[in-house]
Amino acid sequence: MSHKVIIPIGPYHPLQEEPEFFRLYVEGEQVVDIDIVIGYMHRGIEELSEHKHFDQVTFLVERICGICSTSHPFAYVNAMEDLAKIQVPERALYIRTIIAELERIHSHLLWLGLAGHFIGYNTVWMWAWKYREPILDCFEMITGNRQHYAIMKIGGVRRDIKDEDTPILKKTLDELVPAVDMFKGAVMDDPVIKARLKGIGILTKQQAIDWCVVGPTARASGINIDVRRDDPYGAYDRVNWSVIVEKEGDIFAKTVVRILELYESIHIIRQCLEKMPKGEIDANIKDIPPGEGIGRVEAPRGECFHYVRSDGTNRPIRHKIRAPSYMNVASNKVAAVGGTISDAAITLAAVDPCYCCTERLAVIDRPKNKKIMSGWDLIKLSQEKTDKLKERLERWRT
Amino acid sequence: MSLAEQIKDRLVDKIIEFYQHSSKRIYISINPEDLKEITKIFYKELNLRFCTATGIDTRRGFEILYHFSFDRTGEIISVRVLIEDKKKPQIDSLATLFPGAEWIEREMWEMLGINFIGHPNLKRLLLAEDWPEGKYPLRKKG
Repeated sequence: MSHKVIIPIGPYHPLQEEPEFFRLYVEGEQVVDIDIVIGYMHRGIEELSEHKHFDQVTFLVERICGICSTSHPFAYVNAMEDLAKIQVPERALYIRTIIAELERIHSHLLWLGLAGHFIGYNTVWMWAWKYREPILDCFEMITGNRQHYAIMKIGGVRRDIKDEDTPILKKTLDELVPAVDMFKGAVMDDPVIKARLKGIGILTKQQAIDWCVVGPTARASGINIDVRRDDPYGAYDRVNWSVIVEKEGDIFAKTVVRILELYESIHIIRQCLEKMPKGEIDANIKDIPPGEGIGRVEAPRGECFHYVRSDGTNRPIRHKIRAPSYMNVASNKVAAVGGTISDAAITLAAVDPCYCCTERLAVIDRPKNKKIMSGWDLIKLSQEKTDKLKERLERWRT
Repeated sequence: MSLAEQIKDRLVDKIIEFYQHSSKRIYISINPEDLKEITKIFYKELNLRFCTATGIDTRRGFEILYHFSFDRTGEIISVRVLIEDKKKPQIDSLATLFPGAEWIEREMWEMLGINFIGHPNLKRLLLAEDWPEGKYPLRKKG
């Protein structure tokens, strides 16, 4: 007997920052359609920005995201520097790069922990977040804040990295490498994780092109794009690193891309600390001429895009912001359909939106409009599938 | 051949204005009727990636900038169209060419009140369901 049920995922939870609402249409075990509803946290920032001074906007856009909080101000200052053709001091470019890469490390570790939690590997969750903590301490040491670092400024940065901070930063990175090695081994060599994540939530290369996805979601589907290399900003064209690309497009590929990117980030920061010249950190910009500018950065989730138009006054007349998840979340329409309910939580989570949403899953029988399963039940379902696979693999071995 | 040259070469009779702000930022103005045809060339032949679109309410009418990225060289080309009819603004939808344009067109529809002809699913994206009909937050007053 099959009847179509609807599974609402989201939208509200006291812990979450970015509520999204996924309405899954399910037949038996299979997801047949999905409806994505966003806008619960629409704060009108584009409109607000038109009422703020150019310098204030930097702090306004920092409030867009609580996880990758430096990406938006970084893209905004890039847009302003494109508009006004500003030359930024060398040292400031290196400092911006270091902050952006530290942020990528902490964001990827946060994702890895939550992905582990969703498939029933709570040890990965605890450990990933444990190793994320020293990175946040580095932020506090350099900028004064663990989140919302307020380091960006049009024409430079607001704080310098002190000489005595450099060895602490280097030591933290040295201690992080064995941890990343451990995660790499835990994910890439574990037969259960392979069986659990391979071949599910696939986004093919053509689908990735059609949905215009960006960042790790695109790179895991074989699309070789990275703003840091293609349209260099900061100091990315002054250091050596490589872009990680996988072909499969499944969740395993997305995980591998993120883990290997951790190594690249560590590599970039180490080179920046070596090469960073002494000198000014701010170009002291006073006026913004009329014109338009586009700035973009590779945020942990993908390309973050800002367009600013100025008419010569001290406020923008239009400020368009496009976050990477805007493109990536929409692609769930193809990635989740055709999969099973037990894979839905991890598939929706694989593009790295805000996770707390997926914690609030509930299965409702539509004809009776009765709740038959809660969010916690669905996570349990996902974890049980991992356990079953584990048992099966054990049996094969013996 | 750089992207700027390729585009000048291909679209010579369609471009009203060509402006290169810097080595990686190009702006072209076109007529709204040519939008779909030009986007098809961009997307299918030149393999440009659609980034997003910016809708602006100006004195002369509604201006839309479609931003495309050429990832091989890191150039961004912004296609500018001006919809002069402020009473009943409308333009062809790009969502029929690639689904990645669906959300941003829904957003411009609810924020500026521009109708996208042929959009498969034109409904609210960010505004609440009980938001009053006919009120567009990003339209300038007066």
